[in-house]
Amino acid sequence: MEVTKVINATRDFKIGEVETHALRGVNLSIQSGEFTALVGPSGSGKTTLLQLIGLLDKPTSGQVFIDGKDATRLNRNQRADLRKGTIGFVFQFFALIPTLTAYENVEMPLMLNGTKPAERKARVNEMLEAVGLSDRAHHRPDQLSGGQQQRVAVARALSIRPTVVLADEPTANLDTENGKQVMDIMAKLNKETGTTFVFATHDPRVIKYASRVVTLRDGLIVENNGSSPK
Amino acid sequence: MNQLFKMAFRDLGRNKRRSILSALAVTMGSILLLFMAATIRGEMQGAMKNSIRLQTGHLQIRAASYDESKNSLAWQDLIQDPDQVIEQLKTLPQVVAATPRLMASGILSLGDQSKGMSVIGLDPDATANEVFRQGVIAGEFLTADDREGILIGKPLADKFGLNVGDQANLLINTSDGNVEEQLFTIRGIFSTKTPYYDENTVFMPLAKAQAIAHTENHASLIFVLLQNQEQAEPVAAALSGSNYQVKTWQQLNELTTQLEDFANAFMYIFYLIILGITATVVTNTLVMAVYERTREIGILSAIGMKGRQIMAQYLTEATLLATGGVLGGLVLGGLLVAYIGRVGFSIPATSAYTGILMGERIYPYLTASDAIGLTVAAYIVTLIASLYPAAMAARMEPVEALHAQ
Repeated sequence: MEVTKVINATRDFKIGEVETHALRGVNLSIQSGEFTALVGPSGSGKTTLLQLIGLLDKPTSGQVFIDGKDATRLNRNQRADLRKGTIGFVFQFFALIPTLTAYENVEMPLMLNGTKPAERKARVNEMLEAVGLSDRAHHRPDQLSGGQQQRVAVARALSIRPTVVLADEPTANLDTENGKQVMDIMAKLNKETGTTFVFATHDPRVIKYASRVVTLRDGLIVENNGSSPK
Repeated sequence: MNQLFKMAFRDLGRNKRRSILSALAVTMGSILLLFMAATIRGEMQGAMKNSIRLQTGHLQIRAASYDESKNSLAWQDLIQDPDQVIEQLKTLPQVVAATPRLMASGILSLGDQSKGMSVIGLDPDATANEVFRQGVIAGEFLTADDREGILIGKPLADKFGLNVGDQANLLINTSDGNVEEQLFTIRGIFSTKTPYYDENTVFMPLAKAQAIAHTENHASLIFVLLQNQEQAEPVAAALSGSNYQVKTWQQLNELTTQLEDFANAFMYIFYLIILGITATVVTNTLVMAVYERTREIGILSAIGMKGRQIMAQYLTEATLLATGGVLGGLVLGGLLVAYIGRVGFSIPATSAYTGILMGERIYPYLTASDAIGLTVAAYIVTLIASLYPAAMAARMEPVEALHAQ
C-alpha cells in the first residue's frame, strides 16, 4: 500500500536576490513498511524532500500525497491535523521539550491527537519500554544522554502509531555506539510493527540498515535502489 | 488544560530571574495604580470632610437673595431672626445641630502687615462649633459676650508673629456698604489642621459680629449638621417651598467635586503611562521567550500543535505572570495603603493655594471598586501585552522554526 507519493515536486528558496532550487522535479513513492534511506551530499535536497513528505513545508510546484490525500491542497491547520495523526518525526538535534520529562515528551503527541488518558499511559509505557528507557521515564532531557534523548524522540514519533516515521540525520549527533542503538531500535520497530521509516542520512553505517536507498543530487533523484516489502 | 499550565509554569521557571522581574514590573505597576488612586480619593475625601465639618455643614439655610460670592451683609440678603428658623429645624429628627453664622469680609493688619480675611461670627456655645473649641491650641475659646476678642488660626499667628493677648486691627465691611475698624485682642489660636482655612479665617462671637457689621439679629446662614450626609437631599426637599434657599453639601462643594473629577481624569493618563510601561516589560519578556524557544515551537508544530494551541501556550504564561504580579500588587499595594492610610503623609505646597480645604496630611483611602477596577485593568493590559508575542509564536512556519539556532 502506498503511504506517500511525491509527484514532480519542486522547491525553490529565495534568499535576498539569490534563488536556490532545492528540488527540481522529484517523483517518489513510498510503500507501507519500507525502511528507506534518502542519501546524498549536503545540499542535495534530502532534508527538503523529507520536509515536504512530513507536511512541514509545501512544494513550489508539484504534489505530495499522504495516505492518498493531496496534502498540497491543505491549509496550515489541516496539515497540522494530518501530521499529528499520521507522521512521526525524529530530528537530527535531540528535539525534545526541555521542560517535560521523557514520559511527558512521549505523551505530548498523544495528547494533541486526543488519545484518552488510560490509553495514553499504556502507549507511553509501551514505547518507553520498546526503546529501553522505562527506568528513565521521569527524567528531563538534560538528565539523559544524547543517545537516550534520541531514543525518547523515537518513542515519541512512534507513540501515535504513525503511517510513516520521518527521521532527518537521526544519528548525526550521536557517537557510534549510541547511533547503532538508535538504528537497531528503529529497524526492530520497523520489522515488528510494520511502521514505515524514511530517513535522510549520508552516514554509510546508517545506510546499510535501509531496505531501499534513494540517492539525490542537486535536487533530483539520481538513483533508486532496493525494494519495497511485499 | 492542565498540561498547558504545567508547561507554562515550567517555562517561566527556565529563566527565574527574568520571570520574577517581569512579574515584579506588574506588581510595581499595580502598587502605583492602587496607591495613586487611594491618594486622590483620600485627599478628596479628606477635603470634603473638612469642608463639611468646618464650612458647609450638611445643609445651609440662607435668605432667598443671599449670594455667597458677594458675602452681602445687606439686611434683605440675610436671615432675620435665625433662632426662630433654628427652632423649626430642630423639630426635624434628622437634624443634629443647627447654628447661625454671620459671614463678613475683613482685613487684619498689624504694623505694616495686612491680610484679607473671612470673618465669621458664630455662637461659641453651639454644638456645631465644638470643632473650633477643640481646635484651640493656645489661649481660650470665645465667649458669647466677648466684645473685643477674636480667634485666629495658627498659620496666620505665625505669619504675623501674633500670640495670645496680642492685639491686631480688624477692618470689617458692614450692612450699609461701609467699613468699621476696631482693635481686637487675640483670645486664642486654633488649628483645624486645614492650613488654607486656618490662615484665612477669623472668628468672633456672633453678637459682636452682628454689632460691628450693623446687621442686628440677622445671620448670613444657618449651618446644619444631620445624622448622616445621605439625609441632606431628603431634608432639603422637605424644607423646600420656604422663603429660604436650602443648599446641600453636594451643591456647596461643587468645586471639590469638580476638582476630584479633574484629578481623576488626569490620573487616567497617569494610569495609562504606568500600564504602558508594564505592558512593554511583559511584551519584551515574552518576545525574548519566543525567540529563545523558536526551535521548540517548530518541534511542537511538527508533532501537530496548531497555531492557536501555541498561542494559548504563551497566553497561559502571560496569565501566570499577570496573576502573580497582580496578586502581589494587590497585597503589597493594599498593605502600603493601609499603613500610609493610618499615618498619612503631607504635601505642604498643595493645600495653600487651591482654595480646597485639604488637610495638613493626606490619608490614602482605597475603595473596593478602585482596587477591583485597577487590578482587573492591570490584568487585562498584561494579557493584551502578551497577544503580540503569542501571535508571533503562532504564526511561525514550522520548517523555519525548526532551523532556528
